[in-house]
Amino acid sequence: MAALDRVKVLVLGDSGVGKSSLVHLLCQNQVLGNPSWTVGCSVDVRIHDYKEGTPEEKTYYIELWDVGGSVGSATSVKSTRAVFYNLLNGIILVHDLTNKKSSQNLYRWSLEALNRDVAPTGVLVTNGDYDREQFADNQIPLLVIGTKLDQIPETKRNEVLTRTAFLAEDFNAEEINLDCTNPRYLAAGSSNAVKLSRFFDKVIEKRYFLRDGNQV
Amino acid sequence: QVLFFGFGWLFFMRKLFKDYEVRQYVVQVIFSVTFAFSCTMFELIIFEILGVLNSSSRYFHWKLNLCVILLILVFMVPFYIGYFVVSNIRLLHRQKLLFACVLWLTFMYFFWKLGDPFPILSPKHGILSIEQLISRVGVIGVTLMALLSGFGAVNCPYTYMSYFLRNVTDADILALERRLLQTMDMIVSKKKRIAVAHRTMFQRGEVHNKPTGFWGMIKSVTTSVSGSENLSLIQQEVDALEELSRQLFLETADLHATKERIEYSKTFQGKYFNVLGYFFSIYCVWKIFMATINIVFDRVGKTDPVTRGIEITVNYLGIQFDVKFWSQHISFILVGIIIVTSIRGLLITLTKFFYAISSSKSSNVIVLLLAQIMGMYFVSSVLLIRMSMPPEYRIIITEVLGELQFNFYHRWFDVIFLVSALSSILFLYLAHKQAPEKHMAL
Repeated sequence: MAALDRVKVLVLGDSGVGKSSLVHLLCQNQVLGNPSWTVGCSVDVRIHDYKEGTPEEKTYYIELWDVGGSVGSATSVKSTRAVFYNLLNGIILVHDLTNKKSSQNLYRWSLEALNRDVAPTGVLVTNGDYDREQFADNQIPLLVIGTKLDQIPETKRNEVLTRTAFLAEDFNAEEINLDCTNPRYLAAGSSNAVKLSRFFDKVIEKRYFLRDGNQV
Repeated sequence: QVLFFGFGWLFFMRKLFKDYEVRQYVVQVIFSVTFAFSCTMFELIIFEILGVLNSSSRYFHWKLNLCVILLILVFMVPFYIGYFVVSNIRLLHRQKLLFACVLWLTFMYFFWKLGDPFPILSPKHGILSIEQLISRVGVIGVTLMALLSGFGAVNCPYTYMSYFLRNVTDADILALERRLLQTMDMIVSKKKRIAVAHRTMFQRGEVHNKPTGFWGMIKSVTTSVSGSENLSLIQQEVDALEELSRQLFLETADLHATKERIEYSKTFQGKYFNVLGYFFSIYCVWKIFMATINIVFDRVGKTDPVTRGIEITVNYLGIQFDVKFWSQHISFILVGIIIVTSIRGLLITLTKFFYAISSSKSSNVIVLLLAQIMGMYFVSSVLLIRMSMPPEYRIIITEVLGELQFNFYHRWFDVIFLVSALSSILFLYLAHKQAPEKHMAL
């Protein structure tokens, strides 16, 4: 059982948006009791059944690497974080629904992570601006998760949800909005859980099945 | 004055709140107002020296300014701090106002108590006079200032001088990174084992959910106990490894920062700052020396350094200087420089501090705290600037601020300055020693 194949997914986002709570919820199916700052990187593992319910079902390890998001954009810190960006298979972008700036920073985060992996023939956008064409070309699946849904009053919910829908479209990614202190949102069978497992399936596919050439 | 207000507003929006949304506009307003009034105080000092405006209108402006600042510092800010702190604690949501008032009253009480051990009460004035308030604010502010400048005085040469920079090669960084990744891999494999064990237990648990009777239950208890013992052992190992990975990460970040600084120092700008750093460190050392002398010989400087410097040059070199004329200009320039650099230094330090400890919950409280600190800092620096100015200009300050024991303040400042400088030297020395040792142990 220990010889399962593995897949590496990064969890990125600003400091304080709830990445550690999210990872804990996904992997332990429990709410994180005392969230504290993540220094460096913390990893957690989730066992995922690829193509559940079909005869091709296979179990994989999904490693969720939760990279601490504190400190500004000093180049020294960026290069320190860059050591974790090798061999990525998927990215989960986390932003805080109560804080607009964290969603705007997601562009920066995704560029930082993806620029590590750019093949020598790719186009490097050096001034850090968002360039949609670069994402169109991107092979790594993305998922956008908005947290702290419970802290938004009912009246503002629609406006916030439309904004995040645009965000997810920009990244060409699925989006999930939830509250990390309530496991109800990821209960089996809910649409969120379905989106999540679809995302993981996509990541596994890109990693293992397209590598064998385009036969599948 | 409106200019300063606008400036304070801008600064607030841009620098401090780059990553967070501004929730309460009240906070913003308070911060900008504090900033604006502090700056007007300095403006007034400069006007003093230049001799702009009428003497009596200056006096009036001073009084007004002081009143407003004190009002803000002593009444409004603590009240709001209490309010926000209370609203952060989720339990006490109902009676926010009540608890805020209670907190405020305790603050006022401590504030009053603070005045007792110090020789600043003069029996002529009543309780709520301006002098009393200023004296207390002054005490706290001076303490703060001395602490900060003591630490800054030692920290500056340490950061600027490239003498202290350790040599970091790329190979070192790579080696450290590899270690970090190895540790992460170990953590991952251990976590996998835990996850697998959880899963099998879960599946087995499901199977055992059917009521199998007495013996079946005992059997399941014993097997799961041995399984969980194994698990807790692994869990402990994982915790230890995670701690190790955090340390490694911090060290790597440190190395990267040092490397960046080495590269920076090779550029032209870096060299320029390096030279400045030497001058500045000499200045800091001189200050420490002066503080020691002041305490040891129990002397308080009566004349300011500029006049004394000029006197010395006149006496030793025999050059015919027009003392009055030059001292006026030089002191003006010096005071201006001091003001500007101290404001800049303060703002930069506050920004760094803010980034380091802010989070979206407590950001309001922190901004208010910063506003309070800033206000106190400015008030006390006015007190202390008096020492660096020639006697003609001291008159108005003495007039406005009433009868305060200035000598006491200077003495107190020197003491705390020395203490904080020494302790920060000790601290940095220890940190510096530890780092190469850790490096060697790799």
